[in-house]
Amino acid sequence: MTAFRYALRVFGFVLFVAIVVYLPFRISDFRASEFALIGIYFIAILGLNVLTGYTGVISLGHGAFMALGAYTTAILVADHGMRDLWTIPLAGLLAAAAGAAFGLPALRLSGPYLALTTFGVAVATPIVIKKFDGLTGGSGGINLFEAEGITGLPEFIVTLPGGKVLSFNDWLYYLAWTIALVLFAVAWAIHHSHFGRSLRAIRDNEIAAAASGVWLASHKTLAFSISAFYAGVAGSLLAIWAFSVQPGAFPVDRSIALLVGLAVGGLGSLAPLAAGAAFLVFLPQLAQGISKAPGVPAVIYGAVLIALMIVLPMGVGGLLRWITGPLTSRLYPRS
Amino acid sequence: MPLLELEDVEARYGAVQALHGITLDVGERQVVSVLGANGAGKTTTLRAISGTVRRSGGLRFDGKTLPRSPEAVARLGIAHVPEGRGTFAELSVDENLKLGAYTRRDRSGYASDYEELLKHFPWLAERRDQQAGTLSGGEQQMLALARAFMARPRLILVDEPSLGLAPLIVKQLFDVLRAWIDEHGMSALVVEQNANVALEHSERGYVLEVGRVAVEGTADELRGNESVRRSYLGY
Amino acid sequence: MADVLQQVVSGIASGGVYALLALALVLIYRSTGVVNFAQGEMAMFSTFVCWELLDRGLPYWVAFFLTLAISFVGGVLIERLVIHTVSRSQALTVVTVTIGLLILLNGAAAWIWKGEQRTLENPFPSDTFDVGGVVIAAQDLGIIGVSLAIVLVLWAFFQRTRVGLALRAAALNPASSRLHGVRVSWMLALGWGLAAVLGAVAGILVAPTQGSFDQNLMLPVLIFAFAAAVLGGLDSPIGAVVGGVVLGVVLNLVGAYIDFFADLRLPAALLLILGILLLRPNGLFGRSVVKRV
Repeated sequence: MTAFRYALRVFGFVLFVAIVVYLPFRISDFRASEFALIGIYFIAILGLNVLTGYTGVISLGHGAFMALGAYTTAILVADHGMRDLWTIPLAGLLAAAAGAAFGLPALRLSGPYLALTTFGVAVATPIVIKKFDGLTGGSGGINLFEAEGITGLPEFIVTLPGGKVLSFNDWLYYLAWTIALVLFAVAWAIHHSHFGRSLRAIRDNEIAAAASGVWLASHKTLAFSISAFYAGVAGSLLAIWAFSVQPGAFPVDRSIALLVGLAVGGLGSLAPLAAGAAFLVFLPQLAQGISKAPGVPAVIYGAVLIALMIVLPMGVGGLLRWITGPLTSRLYPRS
Repeated sequence: MPLLELEDVEARYGAVQALHGITLDVGERQVVSVLGANGAGKTTTLRAISGTVRRSGGLRFDGKTLPRSPEAVARLGIAHVPEGRGTFAELSVDENLKLGAYTRRDRSGYASDYEELLKHFPWLAERRDQQAGTLSGGEQQMLALARAFMARPRLILVDEPSLGLAPLIVKQLFDVLRAWIDEHGMSALVVEQNANVALEHSERGYVLEVGRVAVEGTADELRGNESVRRSYLGY
Repeated sequence: MADVLQQVVSGIASGGVYALLALALVLIYRSTGVVNFAQGEMAMFSTFVCWELLDRGLPYWVAFFLTLAISFVGGVLIERLVIHTVSRSQALTVVTVTIGLLILLNGAAAWIWKGEQRTLENPFPSDTFDVGGVVIAAQDLGIIGVSLAIVLVLWAFFQRTRVGLALRAAALNPASSRLHGVRVSWMLALGWGLAAVLGAVAGILVAPTQGSFDQNLMLPVLIFAFAAAVLGGLDSPIGAVVGGVVLGVVLNLVGAYIDFFADLRLPAALLLILGILLLRPNGLFGRSVVKRV
């Protein structure tokens, strides 16, 4: 990377952080809550990208790791009186352990088989949660409104010197995005590490990578585990954001949504994945805004998604790479 | 009028230009060979004709401009035996031959051609139901030729039939090709590294160097050419 | 024992439906290399089309075959208009497009048919036969018969016809197929059309067994079809059929006789499949692909 491009990257990151910090001053309380949700999705999609973007493995089961993170936080806060903030890393670590435990045997499978197996896990998640109702509260889930460990209670209000009032939604926003930016930096570091290069080598050619001394199983398992960590953290934040967990909050749709967010944001990109997260939050709203007749929002959502994939097969990230890439690669597109 | 005419044909793979203006022709009932070193553009020339690489320039078959898609080219009566033989490894030998004849509709013609094929390749009969992928390299190359024959094309494009095969089998392959072409009034354009065998079975030849025609002439002229002899014939 | 046999027969019947949808998945996977997440919704849509035709007074079998024809055209159109345009992109893009189709078709059915519960006419009598103490429902026999007939017709098409051969060839070696004049991209569209027909049959067979149905009819069936296809091997049509039937029978037996699993049939099935995949990573009948560097 040339010094200029490096400077451009740093500038871009600083700008990104500045926008994130400043945004709540410009938007309503309600919007702050939505943007907090975008931050949460962003984390989960960043994690999915570690797996899919680097190893080429498509997982449809990351909603299950989110559920694991969410329930870890909910149970620790509601039943053990723990403070919500401390449960976030624990949720991530537990999900990471589960990711490794699932990944170690499952990564023997090739792409589509693994994708469908993870899909099965996503389908089974709400059923299994309901079955173990002693721990999970069954279909009703766990309510955190009354729990003592919750930091961002609805009464949470802080008035800043400038007269700006920070509500509990702003608190959730900053919580989600602080963690998102830290994990974003971690993802960037992974990308540029020796480990990241090994992962990309696996994606491009498993056999050649193995022949060059990359130990496939350990790398893939670690990638799976890291991506599960991200999903666990996102799930934990989701529980704090919603003040509750229910099995219904983790249907197959959520796992599928993460994959859609990744595809829209652009596989292998980092910052543009935030656009994928925003897509997940705002497109359903836009569709609802056009018509509320049964089925119509889904038709709009599906049609926009398909059109987007046709126009931008590499997602928003692909578009940005195309714009900022060297001129020659545009004139002579590969194949 | 020649059966196939190429005029100033260019082709590229992405940013890399492989053909810098090839001009050649193949007459009716002729076998023409294309010689040259690795990377000279021999395979690309065949691909340009069959439409499997992007090309520009004049390409005419029987006086008409060649279409761009490989399917359409095949339907005009050009059979391409590609690099790597294009074997349908999971299908049976019989099914491979049937695919060769995919574009033709006359069942009786297929049957009589099949009988004739057995005279050249008698082993085909006992291997009919065997998976084509289990054949040896030489057998797969013969099968590839046989598939092309079964299409009853007017022109056969053959890419390096000798690759990886024993000299005896190479000679047999060329003999069969020559015999079949003479018998059915077809033409062939053969890309070959083994210039000796190729010229022995051809009327004319072209030598390519870095995507251009360097030398052309009858088989005898090429054999007599000092630099061709030294570079490609090895004596 | 008679009790067990009874469970087996009804298991084969539901397995037959899984097999049809699994076969559709395999067909598309083999030709396009993509797992089609919209397969179930395509089948659901076809089922609504059949309901609509019957509602307008067409005789049952006329509506049945007309639905198959419409589904075929629909499948071809989906491939031509949507899948074809992204077919050269990375797998994630194509998978996302099929997810988009899933959402779109589900919404479209809810929109057109108002999201209400419908009842599809049952072509089979509600009689039961007693064969040596084993009670067999005519409906189960009917479903098994129709599934079997469809599988045999499809098998004959692929093994005995010129187009069927070209379709197989196009899936196995597209480049070489084109050199032989096979219009590969139309073969892919044909594959989608046939998959849509298989799905339509599955939907029309399964809908009456549910009593009533809405736009969410096929989602559970699709999940079992995925499981069946993975179990049998994604590239193996025989595997899809065997996988579907085995899954149907096992699910029925597990659900009926192991109390703990009564409401955990799905996770139990997944666990079983994961176990089998760990021993045979390409399913029971799938071939392992030797990769070249």
